[in-house]
Amino acid sequence: MSGTVRLRIFRGDASGGEEREYTITPTPGMVVLDAVRIVQEQMDSTLAVRWNCKAAKCGSCAAEINGHPRLMCKTRIEDVCGRDGVITVHPIKTFPLIRDLVTDVSWNYERAAHIAPLQCRDTGEQPRMRQEDVARVQEFRKCIECFLCQSVCHVLRDHGRKDGYYGPRFMVKVAALDMHPLDERPRREFLKTEAGVGFCNITRCCQDVCPEEIRITDNAIIPLKERVADEYYDPLRTLLKRLRKSR
Amino acid sequence: MESYDTFEYDVLVIGAGGAGLRAAISVCEAGLRCGIVCKSLLGKAHTVMAEGGAAAALGNMGEPDNWRVHFRDTITGGAYLNNPRMVEIFAKEAIERVLELERYGAVFDRTPEGYIAQRPFGGHTFRRLNHVGDRTGLELIRTLQDKAISLGPKVHMETTINRLLASDGRVVGAYGYDRVSGRFLLFKAKAVVIATGGWGRMYRFTSNSWESTGDGAAMAMEAGAELMDMEMVQFHPTGMLWPPSMRGILVTEAVRGEGGILRNARGERFMFNPAYMPERYRGKFAETEAEAAKWLDDKANYRRPPELLPRDEVSRAIYKEVKAGRGTEHGGVYLDVSHRGASYVRRKLPAMYDQFLHLGGVDITRQPMEVYPTVHYTMGGIRVEPDTCMTTVEGLFAAGECAAGLHGANRLGGNSLTDILVFGKRAGDGAAAYASEHALAPIPEVEITASQERLLTPLRREHGEAPAVLASELQEAMQADAMIERTEEGLTRCLQRIQSLKERAERVAVAGGRTYNPGWHAALDIRNQLLLSEAIVRSALERKESRGAQWRSDYPQMDPEWGRKNVIARLVNGEVVVSTAPLPEMPEHLKEIMEEGQR
Repeated sequence: MSGTVRLRIFRGDASGGEEREYTITPTPGMVVLDAVRIVQEQMDSTLAVRWNCKAAKCGSCAAEINGHPRLMCKTRIEDVCGRDGVITVHPIKTFPLIRDLVTDVSWNYERAAHIAPLQCRDTGEQPRMRQEDVARVQEFRKCIECFLCQSVCHVLRDHGRKDGYYGPRFMVKVAALDMHPLDERPRREFLKTEAGVGFCNITRCCQDVCPEEIRITDNAIIPLKERVADEYYDPLRTLLKRLRKSR
Repeated sequence: MESYDTFEYDVLVIGAGGAGLRAAISVCEAGLRCGIVCKSLLGKAHTVMAEGGAAAALGNMGEPDNWRVHFRDTITGGAYLNNPRMVEIFAKEAIERVLELERYGAVFDRTPEGYIAQRPFGGHTFRRLNHVGDRTGLELIRTLQDKAISLGPKVHMETTINRLLASDGRVVGAYGYDRVSGRFLLFKAKAVVIATGGWGRMYRFTSNSWESTGDGAAMAMEAGAELMDMEMVQFHPTGMLWPPSMRGILVTEAVRGEGGILRNARGERFMFNPAYMPERYRGKFAETEAEAAKWLDDKANYRRPPELLPRDEVSRAIYKEVKAGRGTEHGGVYLDVSHRGASYVRRKLPAMYDQFLHLGGVDITRQPMEVYPTVHYTMGGIRVEPDTCMTTVEGLFAAGECAAGLHGANRLGGNSLTDILVFGKRAGDGAAAYASEHALAPIPEVEITASQERLLTPLRREHGEAPAVLASELQEAMQADAMIERTEEGLTRCLQRIQSLKERAERVAVAGGRTYNPGWHAALDIRNQLLLSEAIVRSALERKESRGAQWRSDYPQMDPEWGRKNVIARLVNGEVVVSTAPLPEMPEHLKEIMEEGQR
């Protein structure tokens, strides 16, 4: 990479907008967020962008870079800059635009509030759990809530079914609770009805964009679907339930 | 007057990092109405960046650890400037706060027996850091966030508080705005908790996020509260150094806890240089590389490597190595953990592995990292009463990094995550008790008008100073003269630059409207940054000795006289005034603990 980079950043709000071009000179190792901040600090202080840590730990700076949903702080300029020296930066699509690169992600926080917390007994002693048993829960708890998975989920993005499905982020969250060795709360009915795990048709797009490399579909959603199926659609279990009821 | 929305709470918590969330949990559990305000989205606060672990003497590693040893380590690490009562509360209650977190849903790494695993860290005698790989802060904040949300407080995300409102000598509310819509907000509360974190953003190279502008401490100071130990700014020994845009990003101390080695450009393991071993730690660390190597596998029978000295000592050593011309190509030192093996490094330090691979182009399982000290933490802050966390102003409470007293002149790694748990709860309990005995108070209209004026002024000016330029010049000034090595000459020069920036900040102007306008936000933050920078520099000038993070090369010795005093900073008629106050005497039962360590 040599010379300058032309950043084409979306500017506008819900009523409309357009790409505007800013030319910057990158230093070695620079990431897209650095470039966007140079624009904000030196060219146009009104450029709206959400960021916090610039270390890929907080998940604030999700955007669509050259059309791909990514974290701006984890995307090096040299990896996305074409021969023409152009990089496009747009807001993520699935959530309503506020201004420029900032979207309204409050729907996610509303969903989170519906997920019941861990229910465990205080035995007065330190609980014992084996590392092998908590490892899969720890994988899910790596989530930094960047909502990239929500943004690429077909159910939410293309079909607009925010009324029926909580989305991959919250499947991961429920999986972390449901597979927690200490959790005593039943969650299958919630998953089936309220959270809508059945909506996912396993395209794995969420898994592909996760910056934390959580195997969302394979390790969280598919096992959750299986658990729900066991609970509701297992013929043997249904028969036993019926027999118990008839007694 | 512009229109505004009004919210009424029993307790208003400003800041939603670990301390604020833990305080909110206490307020909700007391059955009170709680409002939480945070500048970012929920769960993005600076706590998320903590890596190494939360120190609490669970004693899970087969070592004779208990709260008394944790107490002694914390006071020794703090160069004896800590408030003894705060450290006592902290070391005792840290244990229950960590276990409580596990009941809330945190999933720590486990020992082979299935208990919470603990790792070694600088200044801690035993393995004491309860951790989840190197992303412990994320685990803490998400756990507290989920717990708090389940208790139903009202959360005002992306909201800035710009001013505390007082009536009859007590804080009764706060004024601010919604960052998204720009709408003005009035909060009325019976008690207010400040949990707004630190202020590393006043320096050029820092591990802190943009949020760390010190709004809470600055507003408390304006409301009449005393700040304490402001000169004590922690320089973390290992920040990223290369590439330039990554400079300052934290490299966790867990790298050294897991056996990481520091070398200068000549390949010397310089921490073994006896000149870097302070008197109070002599005899407690490995004296040869062979001994340090044996410690990796047998912690009971060998002493720990000197890389695990407290942060102030390691930072100074790195600074001196580079200054003496023994630095690397980019002016730092090497930190190498590759000898631990690729699978071990990836399992224990996954975030560091990922960070260097993706952002630094370095595979830390095979190559050393280049590091240099970075501004990391503020030991000083709002002066609080240890048991309730009430500040010197009625109705105003403070906890976490924005509060002072626990860490003295230098914080031990791992003590901040338990600080926010222990004192977050204490502040929540204290504020809840206070709110139960007090009523909401009417807010004088003049207070609201004044608050609005301050918020609107930068938008009304057509021409003036750009906030980003002022912030950048302040960072240059602080980086140059208020860093690791300080002198009267440098600090005086820095103070003059701050004074001149203060005058220019009176003319700050921004373009655009009130909807999600970062330029406007920055214009309002700069005032807080300047106020606290002045408090840091004046306090550093006042303390004429070297202790902990404060290294005055013109007063290189630790002075027992200064060891009995805290530096206090207050705002008097708009001017920062510093004085001293006696450090509380250590009671007999705690002195005994310190003496146990001498035996």
